[in-house]
Formats: sequence, C-alpha cells, structure tokens
Amino acid sequence: MFRTSLRSSLRIVRPSAPAALAASRLVAARRFLSDDARAQIQKAVTASPMVLFMKGTPDYPECGFSRAVIQILGLHGVPADKLKTYNVLEDPELRSGIKEFSEWPTIPQLYVKGEFIGGCDILLGMHQSGELEDLLEKNEIIPKVEESSEAPAS
Amino acid sequence: MPVDTKDLENTIRNLLPVTHLEIEDQSNGCGENYSIILVSEAFEEKTTLARHRWINELLKDQIAQMHAFSQKTFTPKQYQAYLAKGAST
Repeated sequence: MFRTSLRSSLRIVRPSAPAALAASRLVAARRFLSDDARAQIQKAVTASPMVLFMKGTPDYPECGFSRAVIQILGLHGVPADKLKTYNVLEDPELRSGIKEFSEWPTIPQLYVKGEFIGGCDILLGMHQSGELEDLLEKNEIIPKVEESSEAPAS
Repeated sequence: MPVDTKDLENTIRNLLPVTHLEIEDQSNGCGENYSIILVSEAFEEKTTLARHRWINELLKDQIAQMHAFSQKTFTPKQYQAYLAKGAST
C-alpha cells in the first residue's frame, strides 16, 4: 500500500545517512542490530504516514513521555488511521533495535513518512513553536486550516 | 550506577562552551532522572534534532545509566527570547 518499491529496496539495509559516516557507525551497530532486524524496522517506520514507538498504547500509555506525545498528537487532531504505534514493552528486541536504528537513546520516537522526527522533548518544542503543525499539514496528516483559526490568547 | 549531578555538570562544561546550564534531578536524589536546560553558542545553526543528537552522543555513557533524560537546548539569543516570553505570561 505504501511504497511498492519498498520490498526491493529492503536489500539495501544501510540507512540513507551520508555513506561515509554511516559506514563507520554501521561496523559498530552491526554487532547488535542484524541486517534482518534493520530491514524489519525500516519496514515498520514506513508502515504508516506516522509511526510512534512508545511504551504502552495510546489508550494506556505506560510512561509519562509516551503519554505526553500521544496528548500532543491528540491536540493536533491526528486521525487514528494515519498513526501506527508500536508498544516496545511488548517487544524487547524492538525496544533495543529502534534505539540503534534511530541512533536515539530513548523512547518514545516519532517517524513521519519514514523520517525520524524526534522524541518527547523535540515534539513538545515543535508543538510550542508551531513547527509540528506545519509538519503535519505538509505531510497531509492533518488538513490545512485557514488563517482565521489563529488561537485566541488565553 | 546513578549519575551525580555535579559530575554531569562538569562533563557538560568540559565538552562544549556553556552560557547557561540548569540541571534538575527529578528523581529525588537517586540519579536516574534528569532534566537539563543548556544554553550554548555551539548550537548556532543546528536544528533541534541535531542538537539533541549531539548531546545524546556526548553524554552517551551518562544517559545509559539513567532511566529518563530530558533536554532543552537554546542558543544564547533563543534563551533570551525564551526568558522574555516566560516573564510576560
């Protein structure tokens, strides 16, 4: 449903980061994250326009940071069919694998269109600055709103 | 192994130029849960994601020992704006 080319591109498991940098890191990373696991995660991060790796589920977050991200996405009215979440507490391999894959030490982790956006701090910052809304609109996750909807000062 | 606030502060100050640094131990002293505000000119022209990645990398050993680590990163200019905004609300 998403990229039909995905299946064939899975042969190439190197991340799209600059090759020279990635190559040196990969040597270290490979010991922990197999090509197979990397390919599976690559598939997972592109499984939906928006993918969140979290502790618990949207209805029952099991960590304050994961809860905060769910609440932020809720505030922006992200529809459920555009967001896929993975509960890393149910999958220890994914829990460690996604940290390696993203080169990011903490959960939650948000991906939009296969691109790593950040964790709770970044999302919160982007929410406050308005960048998150722009990002969601640009990627057609939420509809564009007209200018008149400028929130009244509270 | 818990992380000592003083050690964390020294580590950060040794690794990059610091204009302002606040370290809050949110774990009631067990050293597992830190929140920092870090202001540095070294953040100029870096995106938030790049800044956080950089700090995560610099503090890799410390973060590995914590349960939670939260960061706010500002350039000196952004921090002034942040303070001004905080004061007016």
